[in-house]
Amino acid sequence: MRHCALLLVLGLLCGVLAFFALSPGRGWWLPDAASTIAQPIDALFDGIGLVILLGFVLVMALLAWAVWRGARARTDRARSTHGHTGLELTWTAGVGAILVGIALAQLPTWARLRDPAEMPASGVTARVIAHQWAWRFEHPGADGVLGTADDVETASELVLPAGESVLLELRSRDVIHSFFVPELRVKQDVVPGRAIPLWFTMARAGEFELVCAELCGLGHYVMAGRVRALPRADYDAWLAARIIDARSRGAEDAR
Amino acid sequence: MSSERRGFLRTWVVSTDHKVVGIQYLVASAAMLFFGGLLALAIRWQLAWPWTEMPIVGGLVLGESGRVLSPAGYTALFTMHGTAMVFFAIIPLLTGAFGNYLVPLLVGAPDMAFPRLNAASFWIFAASIVLFFAGFGVEGGAANSGWTAYPPLATVPAAAPGSGAGQTWWLVAITVLGVSTILNALNAVVTIVKMRAPGLTWMRLPLTAWGLLVAAALQLSALPVLTAAGLLQLADRLLGTAFYTPAGLYVNAVQPDVAAGGSPLLWQHLFWFYSHPAVYVMVLPAMGFVSDILSVNARKPVFGYKPMVAAIGAIAGLGLLVWGHHMFTSGLGFEMGRAFMLSTMLIALPSAVKTFNWIATIWGGRIRLTAAMCFALGFVALFVIGGLSGLWLAATPVDVYLHDTYLVVAHFHYIVFGGTVLAVFAALHHWWPKITGRALSETLGRWHFLGTFVALNCVFLPMHQLGIAGMIRRTADPSVYQLFDRLEPLNRFVTWSAFGLMGWQLLFVANVVWSFLGGVRVGRNPWEAASLEWETPSPPAHGNFDSDLVIERGPYEYGDAAGERDFAPQARRTAPREA
Ligand code: HEM
Ligand SMILES: [Cu+2]
Ligand SMILES: [Cu+2]
Repeated sequence: MRHCALLLVLGLLCGVLAFFALSPGRGWWLPDAASTIAQPIDALFDGIGLVILLGFVLVMALLAWAVWRGARARTDRARSTHGHTGLELTWTAGVGAILVGIALAQLPTWARLRDPAEMPASGVTARVIAHQWAWRFEHPGADGVLGTADDVETASELVLPAGESVLLELRSRDVIHSFFVPELRVKQDVVPGRAIPLWFTMARAGEFELVCAELCGLGHYVMAGRVRALPRADYDAWLAARIIDARSRGAEDAR
Repeated sequence: MSSERRGFLRTWVVSTDHKVVGIQYLVASAAMLFFGGLLALAIRWQLAWPWTEMPIVGGLVLGESGRVLSPAGYTALFTMHGTAMVFFAIIPLLTGAFGNYLVPLLVGAPDMAFPRLNAASFWIFAASIVLFFAGFGVEGGAANSGWTAYPPLATVPAAAPGSGAGQTWWLVAITVLGVSTILNALNAVVTIVKMRAPGLTWMRLPLTAWGLLVAAALQLSALPVLTAAGLLQLADRLLGTAFYTPAGLYVNAVQPDVAAGGSPLLWQHLFWFYSHPAVYVMVLPAMGFVSDILSVNARKPVFGYKPMVAAIGAIAGLGLLVWGHHMFTSGLGFEMGRAFMLSTMLIALPSAVKTFNWIATIWGGRIRLTAAMCFALGFVALFVIGGLSGLWLAATPVDVYLHDTYLVVAHFHYIVFGGTVLAVFAALHHWWPKITGRALSETLGRWHFLGTFVALNCVFLPMHQLGIAGMIRRTADPSVYQLFDRLEPLNRFVTWSAFGLMGWQLLFVANVVWSFLGGVRVGRNPWEAASLEWETPSPPAHGNFDSDLVIERGPYEYGDAAGERDFAPQARRTAPREA
């Protein structure tokens, strides 16, 4: 029976390792990164992943060995050890040091993500308005300020300039939603009654799926959108075309 | 009075005997565990084959909706799954069933401190179950804003069908349950503090008793907060107050007719102020069971008893200070995120200390691979996986990506299923002979363990990959996103495994039936264990101990220093008591 037990623990060990080793090749892993913040986040993910891997292998190996040795048929008794202060201190200090290391290592990235001091000073690029179960976006028009008549409004697709920091203002009209773009590694809940800032820099042009990550009712699963990153010149052209559109629409309304 | 003469009703229904109350809790919460499991299968069906007819039970459960789940039905499904499992199955299994049954036995007491209050707490629990089920039948269906019930989704009836009457019933059920749990916790704390047998000092208390004591203390300190928070949400719904619903909402383009001006994040803080400690309530007693079972079956004392007690205390203390880690993406602010990250990193330390102590406990032991031991070893292996994935989640920038994905689902299921449920099975196998006087089949038990262990890894391991790939939780249909499309094979594999896992539990049912019909009758101490509960007859009569006890040592005296046998009982039985 101890063979069985050993097999089970080793099976778990190998199964887990093999499954994790196979997953990236099949696309069951972090999606391709597309923002500058993704680099340190993925590095943290990998670094902590390494700690997890080592911790897991260590514990499983110890467990397997202890069970294998301990379950042999023997008639003599075990030693009645009640503990060992040195050992306790060693593993407490060892694990503590690793945890402090992880805590310190992630501080700069958290600051880049959320420290108000890191907020781009260039003003809001777009306002995101979430409601059950769709996304709307407002860009400041020619006057550069939001909330004026020449704002450019779009639905489901958020167009943004790539290669520079953008600042979004997240608002919800009804319940809590969450602005999640897996390839950008950003996620921020959109809380009704608040305007929450979110900033990031897209490293390349492209189209990225926008996912609502917070349960927002029965249509939560279909609350999909898109982020389209354009080079600055294309973005300016896109915005200019929309501003003209908005003006002519305004002129028509006036008539 | 013997039970034969008292009749079924007085013995099993209206009794105030802590053991009967424990068994009542066991039956009720096991039924809820089974019910929650069925809901889980329906969830998995939807995720593997979205919007297809559910075979066999589809017509029964979904009725006129054409056997196909609706989006609203799906949200109610996972809401009630989470609620049933956390509040009505796992917590009552630990603190209600095992807590009630074991606490007086472990401390050498004849009953709980307040036996009638104890019976009352069970009947209030039973009432809350009725209220829970009543919520399914109301207009709009059961609550469907998640077990976390975040406003305004939960508080604005127009925002979700279940946020009408269903949410009100949900809140009433949770509040009533909270009252029951507080009473029960009070009883456990008073019993352990005041009714320990003479000589049973704090440092001679088995770790199961420590786990149950500290879990009860956590309940007493944190649960009133959730109960109050729930009452405020009820007031928002019924009395027109506005604690949680912010102003200026437009739901379906109309302004909902609810009082506004509150803060949705207030609920999240209050909810997690309790519900984070609650996750430790779901694991501290389990850690206690496992410590005891490992020691008995390795024939060795628990390694590092005092560090183990200190770790339980540290987990509870820190556990009250980490709730914000569920809110890293909620907009709670930069500094608060940093503070909660630090406290969360710290709380991983006592868990690691316990793990090393468990391994050291069995190290060099004379291991008996009983079914209980298998489950206890399984707990250690899987708890470690859940604890390690917690490191990813505790690192704020990584959590920003992983929050609300299936990685979180993987994380807590490794701990709650891989950990706590396996510990409950370990405890059932270990204490079943005490509870019923008959043994469970060891062979069936080991087979049950084997299949459960394999299947549950097949269910929950791939959820890590799903989450790492970004798949969000609480989605009814991942194929909506191209990013998640490629995850379909994994989702199907998980679902197949879940059916296997559930089906395999029949072995346990068979084992229980086998034990009642033909299980070997056991004496007082079938496992040659040292702690006090084994000094009683199996099963113990009302009043528990049939002789006076002289407590001579701690609960873990196994091995070469123990005396003539390889264990030294914690107590010496002296003069038999009057029956
Ligand atoms: C090793 C220590 C642990 C650490 C560092 C840790 C960390 C975390 C973090 C940061 C989250 C939030 C993830 C998110 O929503 O983004 C989380 C979620 C959760 N954890 Fe843990 N955890 C640990 C142990 C435990 C234990 C022992 C339990 C249960 C007994 C547990 C149960 C849960 C549950 C139920 C959730 C999800 C709640 C929900 O959103 O529905 N965790 N954990
Ligand atoms: Cu949503
Ligand atoms: Cu938590």
